[in-house]
Amino acid sequence: MPGAIYAEGLVKTFGDVRALDGVDLDVPEGTVLGLLGPNGAGKTTAVRCLTTLLRPDSGSAVVAGIDVLKHPDAVRRSIGLSGQFAAVDEYLTGRENLQMVGRLYQMRAKAAKARAAELLEQFDLADAADRPTKTYSGGMRRRLDLAAALVVSPPVMFMDEPTTGLDPRNRQLLWDVIKRLVSGGTTLLLTTQYLEEADHLAHDIAVVDHGRLIAQGTSDQLKARTGGERVEVVVHERDDIATASEVLRGFGKGETTVEDHTRKLTVPVTGGAKLLAEVIRELDTRGIEIDDIGLRRPTLDDVFLSLTGHVAEEAVTSNEEDVKK
Amino acid sequence: MSTVSDSARIAPAGNPVSQSIRDSMVVAQRNLIRMSRIPEMIIYGLIQPIMFVVLFTYVFGGSMQIGGSTSATDYKNFLMAGIFAQTVTFATASSGAGIADDMHKGLIDRFRSLPMARGAVLTGRTFADLVQTALTLVVLAVVALLVGWRVGSDAPTNAGKVLGAFGLLLLLGYAFTWIGALIGMSVRTPEAATSSGLIWLFPVTFISNAFVDTSHMTPWLRHIADWNPFSATVQACRELFGNPGVSTSEAWPMQHPVWASLIYSILIIAVFRTLSVRKYRSATA
Repeated sequence: MPGAIYAEGLVKTFGDVRALDGVDLDVPEGTVLGLLGPNGAGKTTAVRCLTTLLRPDSGSAVVAGIDVLKHPDAVRRSIGLSGQFAAVDEYLTGRENLQMVGRLYQMRAKAAKARAAELLEQFDLADAADRPTKTYSGGMRRRLDLAAALVVSPPVMFMDEPTTGLDPRNRQLLWDVIKRLVSGGTTLLLTTQYLEEADHLAHDIAVVDHGRLIAQGTSDQLKARTGGERVEVVVHERDDIATASEVLRGFGKGETTVEDHTRKLTVPVTGGAKLLAEVIRELDTRGIEIDDIGLRRPTLDDVFLSLTGHVAEEAVTSNEEDVKK
Repeated sequence: MSTVSDSARIAPAGNPVSQSIRDSMVVAQRNLIRMSRIPEMIIYGLIQPIMFVVLFTYVFGGSMQIGGSTSATDYKNFLMAGIFAQTVTFATASSGAGIADDMHKGLIDRFRSLPMARGAVLTGRTFADLVQTALTLVVLAVVALLVGWRVGSDAPTNAGKVLGAFGLLLLLGYAFTWIGALIGMSVRTPEAATSSGLIWLFPVTFISNAFVDTSHMTPWLRHIADWNPFSATVQACRELFGNPGVSTSEAWPMQHPVWASLIYSILIIAVFRTLSVRKYRSATA
């Protein structure tokens, strides 16, 4: 049985640009898929195709068990979309915005009113509910936008770069909301440029570049593909570097790298936490004082770099605006 | 978050016509709330036509020949139908700018992802613009009366006819907001919508019978002016107001201006509504 979000061979071209070049997706019910990629990779186009905003040139998609191409209206009743911009009317108050969205989801006026009040409370916007949203901060607008996407508690949610441009506090707030949402059983497709965000929120991560999926799996699986763990040690005394290096050589599966100025030594290992404990004991036995030690696993940044040959941030040069036309 | 309250249940799809009307009203309400929070837009929208009334009346009045008369009073009475009609067509620009702004800010994406009637976003906008146009016309009519405009100055008229004239003006204004809707859906920014919404209105409203008697134009220009949909409404209003400016033209719209005005406006709505809604369905921000 296909998942709550299922797509096969999605292709969408804009002129010469193949924004989507045969994308397959399968998101099981109640899970989060993080669609990870640089600007212009095709993330937004994928979301627009799945949310009925854009008709793919070919391929098929099923969302919440409904064929997206055949019954777009039925799909719209079962999804919530929170886009890259906070799509709220700046001259309407927060309450008026939510009531309007509720009415347009075909709720009765009274029900829309009650639901708006409920959401304003949940999203910590009750105090600002009756102020025009142009007086809101960026974070408040994003929260309102997300609340608007949740008016009917849709079973399937799409969030296109929900935290882009937010400060760390607001990002954390939004993350908490998203986690609560998913624990309530919502299926979520989330696009992001932040590797940390995908790592933090998504069960599964799909990496896209130039309209293609170049890798998919859990965060751990992707990291494993990039190569193993390493032990990093920072010694307290510069004089201890040589001894520490000798100790690490005994445990390592490869060459030890030394950064003299930071007194940091790194060595690739296998064996995880157990091995780390042994390293610590051995260093202790030799009387080496350490400032920091840890088992480092590859970050998604490393993953992205090894998969695409370029780091995520560098690819920002390609123009998403052009691709969307 | 996990508790789905009863109020949050998704309603089944209802009757498409009543849904379309209901959705349009929700969007119209939203646009009217917006307008009420930006009163300066309504005020600036009024200043221009009021300036036209005053300037045309006092600057051109007396040097214009209307049906053989150069009386300033005759020109004043001739002029108002033209200014009223021009004013309602200028709603095109604000309608276009509003829709382009919604596109630009991602609101159209939000609306398009909702299970709402497809034409409702644009219909709601045009309804709201119609309300604004009606308000503008009321203020403008008062100003016109203050500078000396009178209905029935040239021929007998009655309240029904005068109201009919305002009805035709509103219909023309409504038709033109659909042209604005298409412009708004087609350009990238609100600024572009405002300027491209206004530029073409000048030839349309000036190559017409709005400000001058077309019988003084060169034949080919007069031909365009006489068949201009805008002229038909102006002519119909003059007739219904009982104001001077009986057309000597043989052109059908000038001979049957009320019918011509109705047909033109309905035709414009039919064509531009279809094109705009089609554009909306495939819109990409």
